[in-house]
Amino acid sequence: MSTYKETASVVSQETLADGICSMWIRTDRIAGEAKPGQFISVYCKDGSRMLPRPISICEIQEDRLRIVYRIAGKGTAEFASYTAGMDIEIAGPLGNGFPLDREGTAVVVGGGIGVPPMLELSKQLPGKKIAVMGYRNSQMFLKNQFEAAADEVYIATEDGSFGTKGNVIDAMKANGIKADVLYACGPMPMLRALKAYAEENGMEAWISLEEKMACGIGACLACVCKSKEKDAHTNVNNKRICKEGPVFNAQEVEI
Amino acid sequence: MAATSVNLAGVTLKNPVMTASGTFGSGAEFAEFVDLNKLGAVVTKGVANVPWPGNPTPRIAETASGMINAIGLQNPGIDLFCERDIPFLKKYDTKIIVNVCGRSTEDYLEVVERLGEQPVDMLEINISCPNVKEGGIAFGQKAEAAYAITRAVKEKAKQPIIMKLSPNVTDIAEMARAVEAGGADVISLINTLTGMKIDIQKRCFALANKTGGLSGPAIKPVAVRMVYQVAQAVKVPIIGMGGIATWEDAIEFILAGATGISVGTANFSNPRATEEIAAGIERYLDDNGIADINDLIGAVR
Repeated sequence: MSTYKETASVVSQETLADGICSMWIRTDRIAGEAKPGQFISVYCKDGSRMLPRPISICEIQEDRLRIVYRIAGKGTAEFASYTAGMDIEIAGPLGNGFPLDREGTAVVVGGGIGVPPMLELSKQLPGKKIAVMGYRNSQMFLKNQFEAAADEVYIATEDGSFGTKGNVIDAMKANGIKADVLYACGPMPMLRALKAYAEENGMEAWISLEEKMACGIGACLACVCKSKEKDAHTNVNNKRICKEGPVFNAQEVEI
Repeated sequence: MAATSVNLAGVTLKNPVMTASGTFGSGAEFAEFVDLNKLGAVVTKGVANVPWPGNPTPRIAETASGMINAIGLQNPGIDLFCERDIPFLKKYDTKIIVNVCGRSTEDYLEVVERLGEQPVDMLEINISCPNVKEGGIAFGQKAEAAYAITRAVKEKAKQPIIMKLSPNVTDIAEMARAVEAGGADVISLINTLTGMKIDIQKRCFALANKTGGLSGPAIKPVAVRMVYQVAQAVKVPIIGMGGIATWEDAIEFILAGATGISVGTANFSNPRATEEIAAGIERYLDDNGIADINDLIGAVR
């Protein structure tokens, strides 16, 4: 697997919910090699913002990929201003992605801006899939597409406006959801709770982590997480989220 | 075609472009983006006598035209480094410069002695990391301490030594004279400037370490000024760094007195930056009818 830096082009841009944008990007080679759970680095045109923004891949087609991202600051606000036909500097595909070879029923869990990478995963997993999505309110971006990609879909909203009131764990408990393998992306408290839920229910769990990144390619050692065992590359109990991750077996990391 | 090779204490680099320690790993991750054969030298991430786990996260934060970092010199230790990273770099036609860090004089000397039997071209001694509690910058902020560690390292080193200076001092020329007197073959500067960022939404420090080293184009004018001052104060060659993101920046440092130049934070905003800068320097020389890059070193007085 290779990594490329490309001047790609914006195919389309739309707003899915308050502060949540979706962009399709045509690439020469990155889309062709991307896997669910990997991410791209997006570089700002404004030279005063030095660091690329790591953004998870939401959907993959032969020559293009989709990112669904939150406007979290000036960098992502710049991306949201891009329109069809504009250039966009990206590098990828980065990170390891989710394993697709596990057997049995899968529960795919996304919370907030952790929802998007779970869509391509849901599309590519071969077996039975249960999707559990957590949103702030009834602005349930990508919900329709999960309904097409997964066998069952359960929703939690913080304000109770749809589905189970509360978070994804509340929705899983309320619906008695069990599966052989759990895949998740979302805020750290959610991932901690899911790690415990998976342990209690004897499920294998794969979680996608996030941390402030600089290089995005494994050189700068900014985005590490604590690992249970000594990591072969770093030679200490640290794993690079951008390289060995962002997806980890929940048992191998201390979160 | 202009001559681009430069000489650092008897080591000939095909061009002055190097990587700034800590921003390029040991080159393996960047090899997908950059032809390492096109670089004058690769300067590795700092390595200590034993593995270091580094600081808690978050370790970095972006700032205007720059960033602050407090990685805390996480490194795999000299054993794995010699086994894996040096053989990787030996496959390329570029010079290998190993950055050495430590908490005590003995730590530094242990690494320097181990490297004596390794096929590396030069050692860069990091006495300027602002992000570790002991060692690092403790040696780099007092002239006597900088002199002493330089002498101790020089006595044991088999390769030429580069002393890397901190800008977090009152008089950079005094520090440069101290390491030159201690036997430094080359001086590199500047390391990062100590900075801080506060997240006003969460009302906490942006970095777990509270403070971090500021780098990137934001610090370039400070770096150019310090390179110029050191060039006036010492006779040994200088490696200039601090915010170099383009070939124009690199030429500016050379005119100020740098023989070599290192690219750091720009590797993050453009992983191909080093190679592009090397090509840009060549074009500038040709376009301006300059036969030899050495004619530019310190040309602005």
